Amino acid sequence: MAEMLELRVNGAAHQVDVAGRRKLLGILRDDLGLTGSKYGCGEGQCGACTVLVDGVAAKSCVAVASALAGREITTIEGLATGDKLHPVQQAFIDHDAMQCGYCTPGMVMAGAALVENNREPSDEQIVEAMQGNICRCGTYQRIVAALRQAAAAPTGAGDRQEAAS
Amino acid sequence: MKYDTSRARNPRSYDETDRFDIEPERYELFEGPRYQFEPDRRDFLKVLGGGILITLVWRAAEAQDGESGRRVRRSVLSAPQDLEAWLHIADDGRVTIYTGKTEVGQNIRTSLSQVVAEELHVPVESIAMVMADTNLTPYDRGTFGSRTSPSMAPQLRKAAATARELLVDLAAERLGVDRESLVAAEGAVRHEASNRSVAFGALAKDRKLTQRVTSDAETAAPEDWKVAGTPVAKVDARSFVTGSHQYASDVVRPGMLFGKVLRPKLVGATLESIDASKAEAMPGVTVVRDGDFVGVAAPSEPVARQALAAIEAEWKNPESSGEELYARLKRPQEDGGGGGFRRRSGGTRGSIERGMAEAKHRLQSTYAIAYVAHAPLEPRAAVAEWNDGKLTVWTGTQRPFGVQGDLAEAFGMSGERVRVIVPDTGSGYGGKHTGEAALEAARLAKEAGKPVKLVWTREEEFTWAYFRPAGVIEVDAGVDADGKLVAWEFHNYNSGGSAIAPLYEVANQKVQSHRSDAPLRQGSYRALAATANHFARESHIDQLAHAVGQDPHAFRLSNLKDERLRAVLEAAAKRFGWGSVAAEGHGFGIAVGSEKGSYVANCAEVAVDRTTGEVRVVRAVTAFECGTILNPLHLENQVEGAVVMGLGGALFEAIELEGDAVANPRFSRYRVPRFGDMPKLETVLVNRPDLPSAGAGETPIVTIAPAIGNAIFAACGVRLTSMPMVPKGVKV
Repeated sequence: MAEMLELRVNGAAHQVDVAGRRKLLGILRDDLGLTGSKYGCGEGQCGACTVLVDGVAAKSCVAVASALAGREITTIEGLATGDKLHPVQQAFIDHDAMQCGYCTPGMVMAGAALVENNREPSDEQIVEAMQGNICRCGTYQRIVAALRQAAAAPTGAGDRQEAAS
Repeated sequence: MKYDTSRARNPRSYDETDRFDIEPERYELFEGPRYQFEPDRRDFLKVLGGGILITLVWRAAEAQDGESGRRVRRSVLSAPQDLEAWLHIADDGRVTIYTGKTEVGQNIRTSLSQVVAEELHVPVESIAMVMADTNLTPYDRGTFGSRTSPSMAPQLRKAAATARELLVDLAAERLGVDRESLVAAEGAVRHEASNRSVAFGALAKDRKLTQRVTSDAETAAPEDWKVAGTPVAKVDARSFVTGSHQYASDVVRPGMLFGKVLRPKLVGATLESIDASKAEAMPGVTVVRDGDFVGVAAPSEPVARQALAAIEAEWKNPESSGEELYARLKRPQEDGGGGGFRRRSGGTRGSIERGMAEAKHRLQSTYAIAYVAHAPLEPRAAVAEWNDGKLTVWTGTQRPFGVQGDLAEAFGMSGERVRVIVPDTGSGYGGKHTGEAALEAARLAKEAGKPVKLVWTREEEFTWAYFRPAGVIEVDAGVDADGKLVAWEFHNYNSGGSAIAPLYEVANQKVQSHRSDAPLRQGSYRALAATANHFARESHIDQLAHAVGQDPHAFRLSNLKDERLRAVLEAAAKRFGWGSVAAEGHGFGIAVGSEKGSYVANCAEVAVDRTTGEVRVVRAVTAFECGTILNPLHLENQVEGAVVMGLGGALFEAIELEGDAVANPRFSRYRVPRFGDMPKLETVLVNRPDLPSAGAGETPIVTIAPAIGNAIFAACGVRLTSMPMVPKGVKV
């Protein structure tokens, strides 16, 4: 039996079937065609599926979709403002903070959640915020450097939100 | 479909002469192209819309790798399909490279573009790389063994130089001037004297020129490089940070179904009975049973899962020996065993007995290496589609043409009717030489009559892929009164022969790799057995240094002759500040090594908490040398990444077994390095522009484990001889 529900994703409303305690990741990828969020483990351990729910990082592979009605979901596809990359996205490019790139969308989203809320994170705070995300290629040190830059970017979080509003 | 579970258990060895049953030493397999792949070059140019096509062929000079002396089988040279790559210049000036290599995060899409940009004198951004598509790119054995930089890069450089010279000839003709007065720069050929220039595109316009690479085309010396050798950023980085890059698992086809495969508890189990009636009754569900293969295709992923759960099946498990892993590996295989070692240096030199008689100190140790998983973050995935008896599969693999062959064989069709397309892949580390998901998706798609996507779960990836072989290594060595190595005996059971030669100067040596009856499916992994062999060797060398009361760095230098080994060892020690005194509870360790023509040394600092037994790697310095550096930014990234991966196997990564079954097939139970495990990483790149480039994706993994082990010993006096060393901490 279908169980339809309205989900808000990247600013748009979508009617989706959430029956059978479906997880958000499958809906994003298979129903909405938003394949930027990746499957890596299905148990919330690797973070490749990380999205923002009301600005907070969430593992979409374990997030039960029916609980997300009325919440604002942002995926990697919705992070940039038009052609202008989010400071975290730009910093990942600047620091070569990726290899195969499969973990990158989740890393960027987890990093964005961090710097949107903390403009001066310590290295310890960065590690704590990112501990749930695995980069099997081992680019951790570069990601930490990228997040330091993104947090300090003059075009960072607050400004970006102002520009968007 | 021939779906052979015995092969799934022991992937076929591609070299009949090789005695290993694992997928060993891929980089030295002598397999030639097995399929006819000779498109009409004129047709190809027609498809491309004219322009200039430079074809790159196998040549005798390249068929033998200079340094290692490994030979490509003669039949490759005489085969009609002699093309290795194409370089095309369209009439709008676009440059496209066609190569069968795959991008798995090692950034060859960038480094190969740089090499071509350098010689062709065009911006990197104007180059497109078409990679790993069996319909569009020439045959390639696969992306493994650190072969792209030493082999493909110089060949593409020659192709680009040939194209440049041809363009200069065409410009000389067009402008009616002497070719010596012309200069190629920024996508055009310029005549300074008359201030005229012709763009490459204009020179290619209305032409249908095909030319083979000429070996006399002059290429720039590394010291004159302006683009190659520089830190060019990842060419398509934006597509990764925006999530727009499509991996195999992101591909969507019209009418596509979702596939799942029913797995027994154990690899090698056979199907006894099955009742799939409930699944078959579900709307839109197709159930396929073919031998021991059982799978479903359904309109959605949740329905596929429900259908799979509705199938009742009974399996007969293969018999387990019940033997403890390392005891089992130590017992050589009954069919003669003891084979497999045939790389670099013969098995024996001098006389071990004589050497031991000269020794003042003799030391024997046994080292153990656990099974580890590649755990690429993108699990195996494929989308398969049949059209008019032809099969197209999108999948992530390091061997697109190998998978094409496997598919053709499984479905009894010719290779030309199978197209394998490999989107840039979510890493492999040697773990994606096979095409399981491709076969499974294709089998389901054939039955369902619709395209099928099949993505392995993490649990499947941890259970049904293959592993880096576990092993047992026995070392017996002697040093004389002056601290010189005089005898070295080294036996590796099961993990393989890569980098098994001692590296150190020792007159009497016996080294051998032994084949074992292994319980798990095992195969290639980043640097193969070089990690295990370096762990044992460099731990043992450290023990010997302590036995004779010498500094481990000095002891190594006094027994090493090879200048490149000495150079990285010194570089690491210098940056690390070797010789300084470690803080209380801390220890320093050092190790050096070489594999596949590149050289690495590590210094590590660890902190050991004597109360809790917790071990923390505080700092790791890596010195790395791989000849001429093609891109220092990406090289440093590769070196760091290899060290991080090596850290996992060194400290805590291990496949745990219950009987012959994997007991920890999840990230929550199989620990991989995370942000919190990171030491401060420092990398010293030793550039040798006088030497050809070697690959860099593998070798920097090999010495971090012994450096850490040696540092743990220095910190607390405990010698750890099993990898992983501290899955539960250290008992002081």
